[in-house]
Amino acid sequence: MPKDLVSIKDLSKEETELIIDTALSFKDVLKRDIKKVPALRGKTVVNLFFEPSTRTKTSFELAEKRLSLDVINFSVSSSSVVKGESLLDTVRTIESYGVDYIVIRHSSSGVPHFIARRTRASVVNAGDGINEHPTQAFLDAVTMKEKKGGIKGLEVAIVGDILHSRVARSNVDCLIKLGANVRLVGPPTLIPLNPPAGVRVFYDMNEGISGADVIMMLRIQLERQGKSFFPSTKEFFRYWGLSAERLRLAGKDALVMHPGPMNRGIEIASDVADSPQSVILEQVTNGIAVRMAVIYLLQE
Amino acid sequence: MTKELLSKQDIDRVLSRIAHEIVEKNKGPEKLCLVGIQRGGVHLARRIAARIESIEDVSLPVGSLDISLYRDDLTLRKKRPVVRKTDIPFDISERIIVLVDDVLFTGRSIRAALDALMDFGRPAQIQLAVLIDRGHRELPIRADYVGKNIPTARSESIDVLLEEESAEERVVLVSGE
Amino acid sequence: MDKRILIKSGRIVDPSQGIDGTGDIIIDGGRIEEVVVKTPDSARKKQSAPKPNSRDITVIDAQGMIVIPGLVDIHTHLREPGFEYKETIKTGTMAGIRGGFTSLCPMPNTNPVNDNPTVAAFVIKKAMAEGCCSVFPIGAITKGQQGQELAEMGLMQEIGCVAYSDDGRPVMNSLVMRRALEYSKAFGFPIIAHSEDLSLSDDGVMNEGPLSTYLGLRGVPAAAEEVMIARDIMLAKLTGGKLHVAHVSTRGSVELIRRAKNEGISVTAETCPHYFSITEKAVMGFDTSAKVNPPLRTDDDVAAIRDGLRDGTIDVIATDHAPHHADEKLLEFDRAPSGISGLETALALSLALVEQGMLSLSDLIRKMALNPATALGIDRGTLKSGAVADVVVLDAKQEFVVDTERFFSKGRNTPFRGWTLKGVPEVVISKGRIFDIAGWKE
Repeated sequence: MPKDLVSIKDLSKEETELIIDTALSFKDVLKRDIKKVPALRGKTVVNLFFEPSTRTKTSFELAEKRLSLDVINFSVSSSSVVKGESLLDTVRTIESYGVDYIVIRHSSSGVPHFIARRTRASVVNAGDGINEHPTQAFLDAVTMKEKKGGIKGLEVAIVGDILHSRVARSNVDCLIKLGANVRLVGPPTLIPLNPPAGVRVFYDMNEGISGADVIMMLRIQLERQGKSFFPSTKEFFRYWGLSAERLRLAGKDALVMHPGPMNRGIEIASDVADSPQSVILEQVTNGIAVRMAVIYLLQE
Repeated sequence: MTKELLSKQDIDRVLSRIAHEIVEKNKGPEKLCLVGIQRGGVHLARRIAARIESIEDVSLPVGSLDISLYRDDLTLRKKRPVVRKTDIPFDISERIIVLVDDVLFTGRSIRAALDALMDFGRPAQIQLAVLIDRGHRELPIRADYVGKNIPTARSESIDVLLEEESAEERVVLVSGE
Repeated sequence: MDKRILIKSGRIVDPSQGIDGTGDIIIDGGRIEEVVVKTPDSARKKQSAPKPNSRDITVIDAQGMIVIPGLVDIHTHLREPGFEYKETIKTGTMAGIRGGFTSLCPMPNTNPVNDNPTVAAFVIKKAMAEGCCSVFPIGAITKGQQGQELAEMGLMQEIGCVAYSDDGRPVMNSLVMRRALEYSKAFGFPIIAHSEDLSLSDDGVMNEGPLSTYLGLRGVPAAAEEVMIARDIMLAKLTGGKLHVAHVSTRGSVELIRRAKNEGISVTAETCPHYFSITEKAVMGFDTSAKVNPPLRTDDDVAAIRDGLRDGTIDVIATDHAPHHADEKLLEFDRAPSGISGLETALALSLALVEQGMLSLSDLIRKMALNPATALGIDRGTLKSGAVADVVVLDAKQEFVVDTERFFSKGRNTPFRGWTLKGVPEVVISKGRIFDIAGWKE
């Protein structure tokens, strides 16, 4: 295992599978009465979040505490970055506190890569710009593996704003590495003109999810309407929303996934989000197990 | 260079003896349960439980315990140990747990197993059954039930091959040149 | 709708089937039943007499006439809702029929703008109730034609819009135009570009050149159109969307389009009769009836447009029928609105190209009926069996003087007033309904 988890592109298939299998083992810990193991006792982690995030940050924090790490939360609004300190100086200062792990989320793509090269601590990418969100992809893969028995050969449709979604991109990397068949579905304005290799692109959602084993809905940011990516939420839901009728076009027992938070009625119908096929809440649980696995496995 | 210490038949007889000893020492199977330490102890625990079931006509709860997350050398090793399944589907509080492992060596694994079990509840007693005790304790740990005592040099190692996982079933001593 | 119709002995010209020969057409129930060509100069030969029948059949004697599919105008302004004083769907479609057009595509610059399903539904409903011919609305690309947010093009397509344009205005923001072309790929409709860089056309009112200097009027350079066409072509190339360029008027534009087509970029182009018939000289005397956007250009541009028509660079002849109230054109040149009322003169002006040997008749009909239908993906512009019965019986030799007082359109604004032109539709059939033009009074 490398020192850092900065990009899924850096991991081999075996390393990816190890993370997923380890995460499944860590799920046991989360079911116990005492949800803590002494594995990384005495180690320190700093959660360096330059972008606001309650869910991912909380998930990481829980994972870290379950492994008995000492946790420091460093959120930008209350920090010296506002006072004009450069990113590198901030990281160096944090390193001088003697931290072993840095979990970082930043609005610019490439920041974790930048930091990882310049610090001895293990860097975990919690989301960089519109580039990657590796732990999200892993927890999605864990969910799929648990429910469907395996990832190879699975038909996975990722639907929505692909262009701006680091979740989509990381999922594409991870799923292709593990042998799934990936489809990207959405309006042409929200799918890159040059999509990643190995995916099939569909502008017609009915076609795109036909027979799929997994439908992963992405959150649509409403600001995109003002920037002419789509005319209205009404039109968006009509052509690319997951309604109950549309869900029937997918494979039997298709999983409905969403990284959250959901816009009910815009990308996903309320009844679909709450249906038995929805594994959205399990994704959250698996997120903690995945983050435990990642931090556990990284080597200094 | 390898030398066979126990054949399949030897292992079989030893496990039978251990099963009888466990029942004798605890004056019956009440409150007993077995927990095998991953990986070697898991199959052994199941076999011992089966043996006890045929002796006493009682089915004992069996669990498996992965101790990687409790090891004292976790952050010192080159590679993180693979985390395997921990499955203890019963309440251990008030019970007599017989921990089962294949080889007792420094005693550190058992120390880790004790810490792990404590996070699951408060057992009435914990006893230890091992197939082989090879000496070289580094902690004050001892087994209640021992299949065979085999003095070894530090450089040597003992491989327990069980038919659940490998082609042949036997215990061998490997000299470590 | 008249039930069974026989058009006898006309010269049938249908480029969709490669037909140019004398024969009969049988129409039944609003659809073309059969085309029977009798003479050797046609691609196909069918020998059969008209079917015997027990029902009444209307016979139209087309001897000496030319029989063509009803024309399709991909670019028209019907002004309703909101500007009914200039034109209504009723009067506009009447004008269309008189001019040989059985399908009109009205642009969305109405009031309110046709940028949502409700207005689109209104236009379609009005057309069905009061229109004389088929109406296929063109929706706006952006809300309010403001060039910022996309209109609900998918939902509007379900109502019946066939293409989208902000015509009257360009989409100035290149990113928005890009998004529109990209978005269109999900639905398959063309984006019709009114290609004009507003910052270059500024407050120009005629073509920029020696004449505009002479007249002391502000000019619009050819570059204002060409810059935008170049941009729109690049965006079509980038996105893979379908681009249709409206009202091409300059040599430079034709060259850009020619090169784009050679590169395989998906672009079609239209021009209007005024751009191959008259030049900027028509403005002399400050005649506002010659004020149009894009403006009338030079002789060289006219020559280039004609070449473009001949070599196929320009696929379509549309009218850009832009009726205005007489009072509006009776204003100072700077303040008069741009536009020519063109439905009732387009065919005759275009037939002149055939007379002059620039185009074959078949090619002309291709550009005025088949190609526009194909570009829009509508089932018109053809006389195939089963097609909707949109047919024009045309007297190509009949001369007439353009008399705006007799226009069916409310818009009398045309620089061709008083011209002697040749080519009059005698009978126009729209969806199987016969319009006898000569005898037609409202």
